[in-house]
Amino acid sequence: MKGDRKYIVLFLLPAVAIMTIFLYYPFFKSLYLSFYRTTGFFDKKFVGWANYERLFTDKLLGAATLHTLEIMLYVIVFQVGIALVLAVLVDNISKLKSFYRTVFFFPVVISGTAISLLFVLFYNYNFGLLNNLLAQFDIEKVLWLDDKNALKAVSIPTVWHYVGFYFVLFLTAMSKIPSDYYEAAKLEGISAFKRTTMLTIPLIMSDIKVVITLAITGTLKVFEFVWVITSGQNGTEVLGTYMYKKAMVDQNFGYGSTVAIYMVVFGVLLAVIANRLLKRDEITY
Amino acid sequence: MEPTIVVEHKTQRVKKRRFKISTAVMYIVLTLWSLTTIYPLFWIVNNSFKVSRDVMNNSFAISWDPVFVNYQNAFDRINIGRSYINSLIMSFGTVFLVLLLGGLAAYVLSRFNFRGKRTIYSILYATLLIPAFATVVPVYELLIKTSLVNTYWGLIFPQTAGNLTFATLVIAGYMSTIPKELEEAAFMDGCNRWQMFAKIFVPISQPVFASASIFVFMWSYNDLFSALIFVNKENVRPIVALLNEISSQYGTDFGLMATAVSLTVIPVLIVYLFISKYIQKGLTEGAVKG
Repeated sequence: MKGDRKYIVLFLLPAVAIMTIFLYYPFFKSLYLSFYRTTGFFDKKFVGWANYERLFTDKLLGAATLHTLEIMLYVIVFQVGIALVLAVLVDNISKLKSFYRTVFFFPVVISGTAISLLFVLFYNYNFGLLNNLLAQFDIEKVLWLDDKNALKAVSIPTVWHYVGFYFVLFLTAMSKIPSDYYEAAKLEGISAFKRTTMLTIPLIMSDIKVVITLAITGTLKVFEFVWVITSGQNGTEVLGTYMYKKAMVDQNFGYGSTVAIYMVVFGVLLAVIANRLLKRDEITY
Repeated sequence: MEPTIVVEHKTQRVKKRRFKISTAVMYIVLTLWSLTTIYPLFWIVNNSFKVSRDVMNNSFAISWDPVFVNYQNAFDRINIGRSYINSLIMSFGTVFLVLLLGGLAAYVLSRFNFRGKRTIYSILYATLLIPAFATVVPVYELLIKTSLVNTYWGLIFPQTAGNLTFATLVIAGYMSTIPKELEEAAFMDGCNRWQMFAKIFVPISQPVFASASIFVFMWSYNDLFSALIFVNKENVRPIVALLNEISSQYGTDFGLMATAVSLTVIPVLIVYLFISKYIQKGLTEGAVKG
């Protein structure tokens, strides 16, 4: 079309401008800052790779990485696992389908901060819901947020929050499987269990792959659950809260940026590894 | 003849019953999980109508005599109404900007052919890998320099930039499925590109705009990390930042906490119940796969 060039530039410009100012420029500035030792915003000194060397000797960062990986494990096994089981079940029933779809999605629309506060009330030692429940059965109260339990305690709301999201993605993928596949299976007299493991799951493998990648990258962003429930104490520090503490609480912008870059690299690496491990041929119907 | 009929009848019956047991198990499992998503919400709303002492000692009892003291406190003492308004202004602002800028960019990317388009797509996909953590320090510095920190724009701009990639990709995906004939017809009628965008592509793409706006709203409204850094002053603080404040300041006032959570959650849930169809449809259209 005549004059398209003008419109291409005109229509792309606002988006490009705001993304350059608030995304790309800051990203490269973070990269730049990661090579500086800073005091506040105005005093900085080039230190070469010193911040990156510090990464490798930073025991707290190592611990935060391990905690993040542990939560990631729970997320992949339980969040994705439960979502898949629920999707298979809902796919196999005829009544109440839309009820379950609606209800399972509840936690997803609630803010993580509100959920965290809810769990603060559950876990409270003296008056929380869980210890109240135990008291009803005359069982001794449990310290839910001590060194031993805290990481699992923050993992539970993290997992619970997004099960519904992946559940809907799985259910959608299943609904796209042509029904003649199932009719063929029915003619062969295959049991429902076998049909699920041999037919449904292999057919939605590419969606499972997408979901696992989303779960991995999503876990690296975990922040509010840990921040609100434990503030990263008792062995629950994750990369998100650690970066926040370094950069915003200690106002160490240089090293904070280095931690952020480390998180990006770590995330990309994990995503690549996951995609390699789960490599499969795409199925098109 | 008769006996055979009876036998057949019997086997059929047995089969039916076995079918029923496994179905019953499925319904039980599903119902149990739905209890985990419903009961906590009921528990928190129920407790918001009790004084703190009763929340502590009797959290399971149903509050037949609701007290409203927590709600009074929430509005008078911690000014939750103010935070509500802040949240709505900033989240709707973000949604509006994302849809406008993302819609325009998506229109160009899906309907024009030009050099560098593939590069733009690659850059967009790579952009999805940049988390807020990796931009927060320089953005904070920028906001301070431009005195935008602790203003509504101080959250709207960074969140717009952060959500634009997702929205652009999803909307472009949808727009590329619109048949070319429509475009040609509009061109014949003398529409210019802007009119074509505003009068044809936006109305046709309504479903994808709807689902994208829901997700952007949700992510913006729920984003604690950015809120803590960019807008944490009392007069601009959104509701998630207030909740965080409550947990550290009023951590012993259980009734108030329950009320604050209820007030945050219930309106969102009510809106969700009305629009849940769009959300699920948005996901169905491959929104996330992008």
